[in-house]
Amino acid sequence: MTTNNWTPEQPIVSVKDVYKSFGELEVLKGISFDVMKGEVICIIGPSGSGKSTLIRCINALNDINSGSIKVHGLEVNDPDLNKLELRKNVGMVFQQYNLFPHKTALENIMMAPMLVLKESKEEVLAKAEALVSKVRLDDKKHTYPGELSGGQQQRVAIARSLAMNPDVMLFDEVTAALDPETVKEVLVTIQDLASEGMTCILVTHEMGFARELADHIYFTDRGVIVEHGPPATFFKKAKDPRTKEFLSQIL
Amino acid sequence: MFGYLKHIPGISPNSQQSDLPVLLPYQGHSAGKPEDLRFSRWLASSSPWVLFVIFLCVSLYPMVVMAQSKFTLEDAFYTLWRWLPFVVGSGFVMNLLISFFTMLIGTATGVLLGLGQISLLSPVRKFSWFTTQLFRNSPWLVLLFIVMLTFPFEIEIGDTIIPIPDWMKAVFGLSLPIMANISEVVRGAVQSVPTGQWESAESLAFSRSQTIWQIILPQCFKRMIPPWMNWYAILTMATPLVSLLGVEEIVTLSRQAMEAEDNHPELLIPFFGFALFLFFAYCYPIARWTLKLEERYSVRL
Repeated sequence: MTTNNWTPEQPIVSVKDVYKSFGELEVLKGISFDVMKGEVICIIGPSGSGKSTLIRCINALNDINSGSIKVHGLEVNDPDLNKLELRKNVGMVFQQYNLFPHKTALENIMMAPMLVLKESKEEVLAKAEALVSKVRLDDKKHTYPGELSGGQQQRVAIARSLAMNPDVMLFDEVTAALDPETVKEVLVTIQDLASEGMTCILVTHEMGFARELADHIYFTDRGVIVEHGPPATFFKKAKDPRTKEFLSQIL
Repeated sequence: MFGYLKHIPGISPNSQQSDLPVLLPYQGHSAGKPEDLRFSRWLASSSPWVLFVIFLCVSLYPMVVMAQSKFTLEDAFYTLWRWLPFVVGSGFVMNLLISFFTMLIGTATGVLLGLGQISLLSPVRKFSWFTTQLFRNSPWLVLLFIVMLTFPFEIEIGDTIIPIPDWMKAVFGLSLPIMANISEVVRGAVQSVPTGQWESAESLAFSRSQTIWQIILPQCFKRMIPPWMNWYAILTMATPLVSLLGVEEIVTLSRQAMEAEDNHPELLIPFFGFALFLFFAYCYPIARWTLKLEERYSVRL
């Protein structure tokens, strides 16, 4: 990165007082949190509370109105921001997988490193093969997305993001469109990633997963962080009535 | 006026960012019908018997008038038969030639114009939009007249004089509306790709042109084929327009042939009926094929 004054003691993602509105509708009203390298953060909350918008702001898919988001020392809320530079460092996985339907699983993984990072084909192929094994899809690598199950597609999508060697991975409700059986295979993949020290920010409704894996949980409602803490305290000693109500409905 | 542009990913009022699917109703995969195929649908809906009926009219009409005239059925047929190589070989072939070249130029320029319509540069976008709308909504004949009468009949480059034959000018004239309509086909097809594709490409750090050429266009290429063929059929049917400007294609040559045969009114229906027969026989399979492709491609996704 060009202006890289980031050191490992600093948060890798630092969100400060972020405001975001879509026209009249205020979606984020002063959100702040820090993520250290290697941490797994879960953002939970009712639908429409701004969770997805929040993580979309982190890789500049949405602009913010005010505040600051720093990723690896790079200010996202900077009009001169080199978005391509930012996105090389931040991987994102979507609820609807969004694989490229005209490319096989392996080609999906290989496209970005070859076209964006300009790595050589042999290099990328080796990396992609390794990633396909990592998400346990060796037998499906030459299959087109249309013939893969939702869980398989989502694992390809994760591998595709990883192929860019990101520092941070964003997961936007990646299991919301899956049936309970396949949710597990995707969560296992994310778990593997987390255990390898990847910084992960997840928007999720999987409470069990959050409890087990997250270093820190944030509960957002109506554009603000209502409550946060490590899983142990968050689930047992929630103070805010809204958090309590939400947890009682979900657990 | 530019209201519909808002739906194009990446061209919301704050142009650098994508649309906001979080707030937009989920549209599913709108792969089905990127462009109206009304013409092909209409043409393909006629039964193959139409060919036979046209043929019958061509042969029956002279039989009816035969009674009042010394010009017999055999005469009419024989006349048509004699002129057949001329009418087809020099006439209809010219129609096909014009349609090929027009489609070639119209497609090449239309694709550029269509991409211009989704450009992030506002002047390019507005120019492309305006050009598209202008030529899409102008009468073809007016465009033809303008081109035929304003284009020089030869170009001088240094000492060499390059003549521009009438049919080539006709190709330019017809290319304009085809260009504009292909531009709309491209825009519509690009629009039909789900926004999620733009977003995932964006998040993988693809540049905009990489996204368009590597991800969006390959996906909508198939979807552009049926409307493209639809326009080809419309264009082919429209090529006799150029006879009004003296280009020697099937209608012009048929009239010349009839004049050479003393303008017997009994020849009108056989000659023009035969032209109709040829156009139908050529375009009908295209229309059927178009609908078949459309059906096949819309099942995908």
